[in-house]
Amino acid sequence: MLRYSLKRLLSLVISLAVASLVIFFVIEVAPGDPASFMLGINAQPDTVAALRSELGLDVPKWQRYLDWLGGMLTGDFGTSYTYRTPVSDMVAERVKVSLPLALYALTLSTALAFPAGIYAAARRGRPGDMAVMGATQLGVAIPNFWFAMMLVLVFAINLRWFGAGGFPGWDNGVWAGLHALTLPAISLALPQAAILARVMRSSLIDILGEDFMRTARAKGLSRRQALWRHGVRNALIPVLTIIGLQFSFLLAGAIIIEQVFYLPGLGRLVFQSISSRDLIVVESVVMLLVFAVIVVNFLVDLAYAVVDPRLRART
Amino acid sequence: MKHFARLAAVSALALSAGIGAARAEGGITVAMQLEPPHLDPTSAAAQAIDSVVYSNIFEGLTRFMGDGSVVPGLAESWEISDDGLTYTFSLHEGVTFHDGTAMDAEDVVFSLDRARAEDSVNAQKALFDGIESVEAVDPATVRITLAEPNGNLLFNLAWGDAVIVAPESIETIKTNPVGTGAFRFANWVQGDRIDIEKNPDYWGTPAVLDKATFKFISDPTAAFAAMMAEDIDAFAGFPAPENLPQFEADPRFQVLVGSTEGETILSINNKQPPFDDIKVREAIAHAIDRQAIIDGAMFGYGTPIGTHFAPHNPAYVDLTGTSAYDPEKSKALLAEAGLADGFETTLHLPPPSYARRGGEIIAAQLAEVGIKAEIINVEWAQWLESVFRGKNFGLTIVSHTEPMDIGIYARPDYYFQYDNPDFQALMDTLNRTTDPDKRTGLLQQAQTVIAEDFVNGYLFQLANLGVAKVGLEGLWANAPTAAIDLTAVSWAQ
Repeated sequence: MLRYSLKRLLSLVISLAVASLVIFFVIEVAPGDPASFMLGINAQPDTVAALRSELGLDVPKWQRYLDWLGGMLTGDFGTSYTYRTPVSDMVAERVKVSLPLALYALTLSTALAFPAGIYAAARRGRPGDMAVMGATQLGVAIPNFWFAMMLVLVFAINLRWFGAGGFPGWDNGVWAGLHALTLPAISLALPQAAILARVMRSSLIDILGEDFMRTARAKGLSRRQALWRHGVRNALIPVLTIIGLQFSFLLAGAIIIEQVFYLPGLGRLVFQSISSRDLIVVESVVMLLVFAVIVVNFLVDLAYAVVDPRLRART
Repeated sequence: MKHFARLAAVSALALSAGIGAARAEGGITVAMQLEPPHLDPTSAAAQAIDSVVYSNIFEGLTRFMGDGSVVPGLAESWEISDDGLTYTFSLHEGVTFHDGTAMDAEDVVFSLDRARAEDSVNAQKALFDGIESVEAVDPATVRITLAEPNGNLLFNLAWGDAVIVAPESIETIKTNPVGTGAFRFANWVQGDRIDIEKNPDYWGTPAVLDKATFKFISDPTAAFAAMMAEDIDAFAGFPAPENLPQFEADPRFQVLVGSTEGETILSINNKQPPFDDIKVREAIAHAIDRQAIIDGAMFGYGTPIGTHFAPHNPAYVDLTGTSAYDPEKSKALLAEAGLADGFETTLHLPPPSYARRGGEIIAAQLAEVGIKAEIINVEWAQWLESVFRGKNFGLTIVSHTEPMDIGIYARPDYYFQYDNPDFQALMDTLNRTTDPDKRTGLLQQAQTVIAEDFVNGYLFQLANLGVAKVGLEGLWANAPTAAIDLTAVSWAQ
């Protein structure tokens, strides 16, 4: 197990190093000088030069890369060009919105998907199954930003149960915060739930055909008992993989939803930074998201090995 | 679950109660599209900075009013020497910054010297060109000496880039701006909002509102939803003109349509063949149907212009007739220029909808007369780099939002590369003239010269579109500068 973990860890470090290189240089290569962007079309050349040196943009690229990398290892992500505040503070502030939103959406999607998937698998081919499958088909097909707009139309503009967007901040209480995140979380969760329910269903159907399920029935368990005691637990393995993938997707993929609901989250930060050429913020946030994805994958890999001892033996 | 629902309902009630309370005390939430990068108006070009801080937090020696006029600000009055070289400003007495320190002549010297310094990062440093020295005569008197007369000085000093700041608070100005205005900075939740509150020690007419919140909503659909759900009280620079009729029909809202300083033009690379031929530029001018662009790209909002000047300015001359829509004439001119079969060029379009939507229409109109313009969509940073600085373009569409910027036509290295010594001499004379009537004459002459040289395709003046709840009074309809001036805003009783 230790060897397996170390191997995984090494590949994690290599992935991160490669990612940092790609991210930095791809973003730096894109045209657009941050200083002239900030100073606009009336600025004089010497003003732009003064700002470039103030921002530290007049040193060679590779040196900036090394500074950036070195800084990140010590938790210093540099200073935002536009906001002139430490990137780490900005990111920390935004994570307070994005992380709860991702967790909220994940909770909602599993809460919806598990019962739906199990229900459909248990009624395979019957009207109940067809209804659930039809609904999930729709859930996968509907773009979440469109769904978000519909939610706003119904629950914010017509019914007035929620605000149309914005975030009051956690200082105003947990409930005010959750209340503001509810519509965004639902619009993120629904497509995820649809995918998850389908995976749960097919995985469970596979399991139901296994020998050990027949044995369980033969030992006298009812269909329902066998399903819950042996089926669901075994079906969870592929489902966990999807949940792992979805979590990183939720963290990074909320950009559009954060735009629609004008939430001050990580996605909106990336969006704003790209349009204002705040390169260091873009690089740092993208790096952070890559880090999150890679770490989650690492944890999923480890979880496999824990759940399935055969994996440990093979590597 | 029931428990959660009840709690959610309670918190929703608490939330709406909070909003109600804010209104009763005279608060306002106003939304705008872009968030300011930081809050120092003297070291960036971002208009969103001025939107929040101009007049509300920071003030200059002179200031713009909603109608575009320039009136005294921190300077009570001034005297101009007969040769036009010395301006002596008398400052208001008893003015303090929000941190309690006094505002005096030394602060003015500090602010203007900082703006025009060698290593200054002031985006409009040219405003201070020609200032020889700024001296404090006594705590309430400042003398500005110019190298040569500059009739624009009082106007220039009204810009957000020329506001008065204090050395004591300059280090943290970007996140904690300290000015002399009727409001003081309270709080900034980055990515979400900026709160300001009434300055109880204000030297002038105090603000009516107790506090105000600026919210940032960039997505047009979200802007519409936020307004409809009454999450916000007003939206300055509403990004979705297509929704305005709906607000107009709704008794809860008022729609404010005004003018801006934004001349939207089809910029032409005057040095690049075939545009170096005035016949070709004239052909382009006559190929453009302005009203079709205003209707198609701006849903009817915008005023046609025939030159690079704001129609609300008293010195404006209507020259739209000089470049009236006449495709037949356009074809004839192209034939005269030896381009009877037309030619191919590029049309670079930055992100705003006036450019993207307007560009499609212009490309179609140019195609009618045989000019094939290849549309290239670019981001702002790219536009600045390749079009504006690199001058690597044939045609492009952009709104020039700086007030009174006809002077850019006297800069041969400016991106549209118009080089006319007569025009440059004219601008020189204008800068040295302080007499208002003479200035008007010169400005009108200048407008005519560039219109008749068909330097660019002049499209329309960008409209300032605002939506507000009924009962909110005192908001600017026009935008002579990018300010959302809340100093005179109040709720009707």
